[in-house]
Amino acid sequence: MTGVDFSAAPQLAAILLYAAAAGFAAVFHRHRVALAAVYPVCIAAAAVASFADLAALIADTNAGFRLPLGLPSIGLHVKLDALSAFFGLIVNIGVLTSAIYGMGLDRDRDLSARIEPFFPAFAAAMNLVLLAGDAFGFLFSWELMSLTSWVLVVSRHWDADSRHAGHVYLVMAAIGTVSLLFAFGGLAGATGNYAFDAIRATPPGPLVSGLVLAGAIVGAGSKAGIVPLHAWLPLAHPAAPSHVSALMSGVMTKVAIYGLVRIVFDLLGEPALWWSMIVLVLGGASALLGVLYALMQHDLKRLLAFHTVENIGIIFIGLGLALAFQTNHMEPFAALALTAALFHVFNHSLFKSLLFLGAGAVLHATGQRDMEEMGGLIHRMPMTALAFLIGCVAISALPPLNGFVSEWLTFQAILHSPDLPQLGLKFLIPSVGAVLALSAALAAACFVKAYGVSFLGRPRSEAVRHAHEVNRFALTSMFVLAGLCVFAGLFPGVVIDLLAPVNLALLGDRMPVQTSMPWLSVVPTVEGRSSYNSLLLFLFIVVSASLSGFAIHRSVSRALRRAPAWDCGFPDPSPETQYTASSFAQPIRRVYGTIAFGASEDVDMPAPGDQRPARLTVSLHDYAWEMLYAAPARAVLSLSERLNVLQFLTIRRYLMLMFSALIVLLLIAAVWF
Amino acid sequence: MGETLTLLFGQTVQMFLVLLVAPAITGITRRTKACFMRRQGAPVIQPYRDLIKLVRKEAIVAESASWLFRVAPYLIFALAWVAAALVPTFATGLLFSWTGDVIVIIALLGSARFMLALAGMDIGTSFGGIGSSREMMIATLAEPAMLLVVLTMALAAGTTQLPGVADFLIAAPFTVHVSLALALVALVMVALAENARIPIDNPATHLELTMVHEAMVLEYSGRHLAMIEAASQLKLVLYVSLIASLFLPFGIVRVEAGPVAWLGGGAIYLGKIAGAAILLGIWEVSIAKMRVFRVSEFLGGAFVFAFLAILLTFVTREVLK
Amino acid sequence: MNQAQIYDVSHLLAGMMLVASFALLYQDRIFAVLNIFAAQAILLAMAVGWDAWTQQRPHLFITAGLALGLKGIIIPVALHKMIVRLGVHRDVEQVVGVGRTLILGLALTSLSLLLVLKITAAAESYTREGLALALAIILLGMLMMITRRNAVTQIVGFMSLENGLILAATGARGMPLVVEVSVAFSVLIALFVFAVFVFRIRERFDSVDIEALQNVRGDTK
Repeated sequence: MTGVDFSAAPQLAAILLYAAAAGFAAVFHRHRVALAAVYPVCIAAAAVASFADLAALIADTNAGFRLPLGLPSIGLHVKLDALSAFFGLIVNIGVLTSAIYGMGLDRDRDLSARIEPFFPAFAAAMNLVLLAGDAFGFLFSWELMSLTSWVLVVSRHWDADSRHAGHVYLVMAAIGTVSLLFAFGGLAGATGNYAFDAIRATPPGPLVSGLVLAGAIVGAGSKAGIVPLHAWLPLAHPAAPSHVSALMSGVMTKVAIYGLVRIVFDLLGEPALWWSMIVLVLGGASALLGVLYALMQHDLKRLLAFHTVENIGIIFIGLGLALAFQTNHMEPFAALALTAALFHVFNHSLFKSLLFLGAGAVLHATGQRDMEEMGGLIHRMPMTALAFLIGCVAISALPPLNGFVSEWLTFQAILHSPDLPQLGLKFLIPSVGAVLALSAALAAACFVKAYGVSFLGRPRSEAVRHAHEVNRFALTSMFVLAGLCVFAGLFPGVVIDLLAPVNLALLGDRMPVQTSMPWLSVVPTVEGRSSYNSLLLFLFIVVSASLSGFAIHRSVSRALRRAPAWDCGFPDPSPETQYTASSFAQPIRRVYGTIAFGASEDVDMPAPGDQRPARLTVSLHDYAWEMLYAAPARAVLSLSERLNVLQFLTIRRYLMLMFSALIVLLLIAAVWF
Repeated sequence: MGETLTLLFGQTVQMFLVLLVAPAITGITRRTKACFMRRQGAPVIQPYRDLIKLVRKEAIVAESASWLFRVAPYLIFALAWVAAALVPTFATGLLFSWTGDVIVIIALLGSARFMLALAGMDIGTSFGGIGSSREMMIATLAEPAMLLVVLTMALAAGTTQLPGVADFLIAAPFTVHVSLALALVALVMVALAENARIPIDNPATHLELTMVHEAMVLEYSGRHLAMIEAASQLKLVLYVSLIASLFLPFGIVRVEAGPVAWLGGGAIYLGKIAGAAILLGIWEVSIAKMRVFRVSEFLGGAFVFAFLAILLTFVTREVLK
Repeated sequence: MNQAQIYDVSHLLAGMMLVASFALLYQDRIFAVLNIFAAQAILLAMAVGWDAWTQQRPHLFITAGLALGLKGIIIPVALHKMIVRLGVHRDVEQVVGVGRTLILGLALTSLSLLLVLKITAAAESYTREGLALALAIILLGMLMMITRRNAVTQIVGFMSLENGLILAATGARGMPLVVEVSVAFSVLIALFVFAVFVFRIRERFDSVDIEALQNVRGDTK
């Protein structure tokens, strides 16, 4: 892999194009025309990069070369292989659709000048992470990605919530980068060679590997939003403008997954048994808690952000299964699990971007993020409603769309777990499977709530009553993503075959070739054990639904009368009588929330004759925040207040401090040597 | 070619068999309940008459309804029908039985439930909301138990394709399988919940506070209601056939055996589902409905049974290795 | 009768005992708890009897008979009568909700199976199975004792724990003292039952906790 190789040239050109757009917009940020040019340039760059990535993935490119940039004597290694190309495809599809959406935005002077320069820079940084071939380049572009997205999060800096979100995000990003730094330090080891090829050649010993794994999980996991490192995510993602939220939630979390896969599956060598257990447990916890958090929200964008935590959990479960099978050298099953995880990465980037863009469209049309103020948008925004519905069905893992395929593949991997020799894994994996099934069912409930409360029913506020359909740019971006969801759902074999080079490179095995299966069925391991054919099922459903509808309308009855709602005879015209988002979630809060959040309800019932209204107060605890974030923050605060005394000492005391420090050091030296 | 035609014919027979049989189960169950309550009861064919009557009536749709409300019944019906056509009834090895394994079948029903819950929220009434909300809550409790039942089956048979499992169980010698029995109990509990039967929900009630399923479909009328009713009857047939093919697999023939053998398989199948319908009726008259927040304990029990089934299977496999 | 069938039946009986332990955790009516306990004791008697018969260890029939007579019939009937006479509350007061108890129970069962199967890898199959399930039953009995307030259910939990002990003792071959151990335990239980009833029952049930009514918890219970 030495010598000059131009396979990665289109990707680098796209990065340069992004960077040029960013620089241009930064310099001419006072000119409306210059800012308007940013998104078209991004679209062009993203189109070039996604086609190049797709081509590289199909051709299974493995290119690497060195650019004379960065640190002297090390340079900058650029590397493009199947894994980077696959994630590059995801990133650039996300950038493409977000940029199309961005073209339709009002060029609000103030906000535009703060977003447009950083949007392409963010895109460039994410691409750079994927192309980095050494630890230095990786960490540099990782940090660049964090900083540019941070600027986008605080773009509405006059808003206190945005500032708080930005603060938490910055702290978590710093912690994440530091742990990645340690992880790469451990990988480079004594030789101190930071190029990935050199790292791969000399895998570290078991103890160091474990520490590297911990560093990678904290570093990449905090960026991806794994429980309990997720606290920044539901603050930061919704605070950004909607098309940036789509990028952050749909795409940037995937770059974090890339980092983890790169370190754990590629660089770290042979996995140990306990790795898979940790990843599985973290995945299960994130899947379950993420969706439960999401169910408790009534802010549409926050709900979507919490839901990202769930999906990252599902991806982690797939990765954990792959590790478990890899440890036992059951490569075909490991390939199945890894394919499931990566397929879910792809799916989630599609439908989460779609849903965030849809939420942005609703926000744009009504000025509302709170679902309790929405309702009936399907009448006012029919196209957005259709696209959002496709996204909801896809994310709820329902056939025949794409979300189901990846969860089904994960379940198939789980069904192979009894073949594992270790009893511990045998017992753990069915429990994780049950958690996965539970979180899938909760996700369906969550999106019935999200869609039912905001798009169905009757309008709950004046703004929503006068909502209007969004512009064609926004609709185009949503329907591109919805179309991709449908495509990946009906032709999953194509995506699975695209993932084969990645599996071959990381595990040395792959799933069976799917596109040559009869009728384009998906067969995870061997024919006859299990199979799924979404295309045929879709056709059957469409044909039988339309045939039955047609037959009844044609030959029996097509009479239809519009009338007031029946509602058991007591219809109330007031929209306040509808079920709200909180009331929808109440049964689930009662069943699961008591354990997960210490949920409690307080009823304040006035005595008979008292005129004041009765009140029901619901209180929830976010244990992860209270224990992992608030408690250390309090400790640091009280400690710093104590240490504050040090600022106001006399000179004599300062001298005494230094003197005693010297004495202590001398004593240590005396004892040590 | 002739072979393929036989297979295709078998698949078509299956599709229309489940459709025709579905209302009969409801009819037999209701008749059984009436007998035990010392009532005359409606004849077994009453559900057929109801469906025909409903289809011919004018559909009344609320003013605030969207297109989703009108499309949903046909979609729900189609999803339930396709799912029911994939479960072995009288024969295994049907032409399209490989288009989905048991997880897919359950997920298809999940799609139907998703659409139904959305339709319940479309009018914007409080009954629709309460029904949808509770239906989804019950589904979250049922799904993990169901997955573990599937895992137990996959452990025993080495496949999740229903025809494969049924073929395996027909051929397997009759031994005392504690874990399979536990899985059966769990599956029956889940089936009761999924089909909105007593003690989870009462299909006969129109008393507002006790409804779950009926509250969701309260606004439907005419042909739309007929579609929804047919879909829930199909779902009941699906679960009964599932339980019958997994735990009473005798009498199921291979589809290649030809139409004459199918008649025998069909007769046994009809006997099995009639028996199941009568048992369901007896169960429903002998137990009271639970209040809604005890459902979590009931389905938690199903989960425990399913989990124990898996644990005991592991023990057996480990010990007899 | 071949080895596989012998195993199948003992697996069935031990598995049913485990299910009965879970049913004890699930049930919240006191008479139903007694009935399930009686069923578990009868299952134990059958398991021990089956072992005695198939392994030609006739002294185990004494243990089986003790289990059947004392714990399957006499103690449940006596407890039933006492509850009626003393007018004890008929529902079980739980400290921890049913859902959480069941999940804990599953975790404990997994733990005990994992542990026993791991450390007895060299032993013969029948012993491993019996020990694994017996440990699970013992742990579930303890769980029942600590998650229930009611004195009667605490007794039942203790006796169900003891059922597990006897199952373990039967399963372990070459343990000569099974009969003696079971007799000793039975006497201990009888003492325990009467002591609890004499000293604790009144004070326990004369007060009703109304604090719980102040705050409508968002709980299943």
